[in-house]
Amino acid sequence: MSDLAIDREVDRSQMQVSDEEAIQITEMNKWFGTFHVLRDINLTVNKGERIVVCGPSGSGKSTLIRCINALEEHQRGQIIVDGTVLSSDLKNVDKIRSEVGMVFQHFNLFPHLTILENCTLAPIWVRKTPKKEAEETAMHFLEKVKIPEQALKYPGQLSGGQQQRVAIARSLCMRPRIMLFDEPTSALDPEMIKEVLDTMIELAQDGMTMLCVTHEMGFARQVANRVIFMDQGQIVEQNEPEEFFNNPQSDRTKLFLSQILGH
Amino acid sequence: MSDQAFVRSEIIEEQTPPLTAFGLVGWLKSNLFSNWFNAILTFISLYFIWYVLSGVLPWIFLSVWNAGSLSECREIATATWGDSHGHACWAVIKDRWIQLLFGFYPSELYWRPILAFVLLLISLAPVLYTSVPKKIFYLTAVYPFILPWLMWGGSVWAYVSALLGFVLGYAIVRYTSEIVGQLGAVILSVIGAIVWWLYIGPLLLSQGVGAILPLALEPVISRDFGGFMLALLIGVVAIGCSLPIGIVLALGRQSDLLILKTISVWFIEFIRGVPLITLLFVASTLLNIFMPPGTNFDIILRVMIMVTLFASAYMAEVIRGGLAALPRGQFEGADSLGLNYWQSQRLIIMPQALKISIPGIVSTFIGVFKDTTLVSIIGLMDPLGLSQGIRANAEWNGIYWELFAFIAFLFFIVCFSMSRYSMYLERKLQTDNR
Repeated sequence: MSDLAIDREVDRSQMQVSDEEAIQITEMNKWFGTFHVLRDINLTVNKGERIVVCGPSGSGKSTLIRCINALEEHQRGQIIVDGTVLSSDLKNVDKIRSEVGMVFQHFNLFPHLTILENCTLAPIWVRKTPKKEAEETAMHFLEKVKIPEQALKYPGQLSGGQQQRVAIARSLCMRPRIMLFDEPTSALDPEMIKEVLDTMIELAQDGMTMLCVTHEMGFARQVANRVIFMDQGQIVEQNEPEEFFNNPQSDRTKLFLSQILGH
Repeated sequence: MSDQAFVRSEIIEEQTPPLTAFGLVGWLKSNLFSNWFNAILTFISLYFIWYVLSGVLPWIFLSVWNAGSLSECREIATATWGDSHGHACWAVIKDRWIQLLFGFYPSELYWRPILAFVLLLISLAPVLYTSVPKKIFYLTAVYPFILPWLMWGGSVWAYVSALLGFVLGYAIVRYTSEIVGQLGAVILSVIGAIVWWLYIGPLLLSQGVGAILPLALEPVISRDFGGFMLALLIGVVAIGCSLPIGIVLALGRQSDLLILKTISVWFIEFIRGVPLITLLFVASTLLNIFMPPGTNFDIILRVMIMVTLFASAYMAEVIRGGLAALPRGQFEGADSLGLNYWQSQRLIIMPQALKISIPGIVSTFIGVFKDTTLVSIIGLMDPLGLSQGIRANAEWNGIYWELFAFIAFLFFIVCFSMSRYSMYLERKLQTDNR
């Protein structure tokens, strides 16, 4: 696994965690057909927290964060996002989705729209922001992810790393309170992972509440204030990064860490 | 030093390619004579092309243009070239082309279909090309009401009333959806529009304003419609209506709502499972049985509805193919930004699904347009029906190829334009680096 982020100085003092709850998940269960993917998940995320979720493939980590913005429907238990209870009421779902940004493994940019249009679409149609203002916001965030000069190109003309940074900027344009990352660097060449991680670290330093499914352990060490290890649809272990990496408790965690850090 | 270690010290300069790789010689060599087998194939193909053209071209160009009947044509051909066969008799086209275009439409009213056709081209322009001024869209919006008025005539107020019904329905949705919700607003607007069409509209416009200001065109009955004009009329209506209906059906088939999904699936499967001819026979004969006696439901309108339904079912499946080709990530990307169902369909999903489906959509359009010739079987005077009529005439008895060639030429122009436009559109919408 890449440890590219390790050589960077990250100022943890700016990353304040508040006492207010951003996400509260209680007794959440989910099935795909008869397959029990998520079992009794209990998780509270405070505002400003950066949480890294890791685990072997098929452990349900992606499904967990996809439940938070209702891309997957959970069958039992409760999810409260920013004070709103996630239910099948479509109004609530759309409200939560507009407050929670999501970055996907495969970027999911809209190939028929320019970079700028990708970024202004949701603010204009969901937030009803005037077009000019939405474009100014978009340019602001494109500068933040360091690709303002690509604004008028189409996603297909950009490299993977650039596309992923656009995807982050697109989410930020909605001014979300919480950001979810679903393996944001897994589809990228090693050379491009760094530019995406840099962007994410900057975001963390700005105090964004973040939930990342990732295998970038360097990123977890530097930025996260909690690492969650999942296996077979359950949270097996969670701890502060130093403790988690240096002193794992469960055997399953030890095995996993030895496999991904071993080479 | 090992043999495998290698460091380049200077960059190789760019060189011109060998003579055989470019220019006319290069092209001939790589495309026609790359080896002896391909060279033989090239010569066989050239011979075949020459054989076909040497038969067809003299027939087309060494032809008779001025004659009053087929036998006169043959006499002239014999006198000029020594034989009566192998020479087209275009005189029949010269004699009857107006009829092949307009059927039995009253000749003093030809300006109306011509005007309708010109307006059609104008109102299509902003739909087809983005560089055209957007204001023309107003004409596009009212064109569906201008077209039947120009073609069938009658009082303008009936069509104004129909148009106002749609405006009223739209206004109700626009201004009440905040209060009664989206579904409530749609139901209200349908009720409002129906009440308007049935009661208020006719009373107010046809009898009220219509009596004071009788703006009317001379009516033309459907029996007089015919020729290429009829094919175009049915084709344009079927093409124009089948795309939106097809989109709705494709979305219905993809929907999570069970009843909507079942209705869409059965509609599509039923219509696709039945030959168009059967539907046309239903339109021409069976439908009258179900109607209350005395009602006169226009035959061309009935045919239009059937052809439209037929095209819609195919369109729905073509668009469903486009929807299926979209990666799931696009739906999730749209969802994750908080766009609601209709917003994500309109802004993200449909633009991409339709773009993928362009070749299929245009194929369906072309197919439907050509299928309009089937209406000759139920007695409508489309170009093929007219050609039979022309042959029934003593002067032109026995003439086939010239009529079919002319009709084929007309259809080819329209279908080929559609095909070329779709290629232009695909190139224009291409946004990746390929």
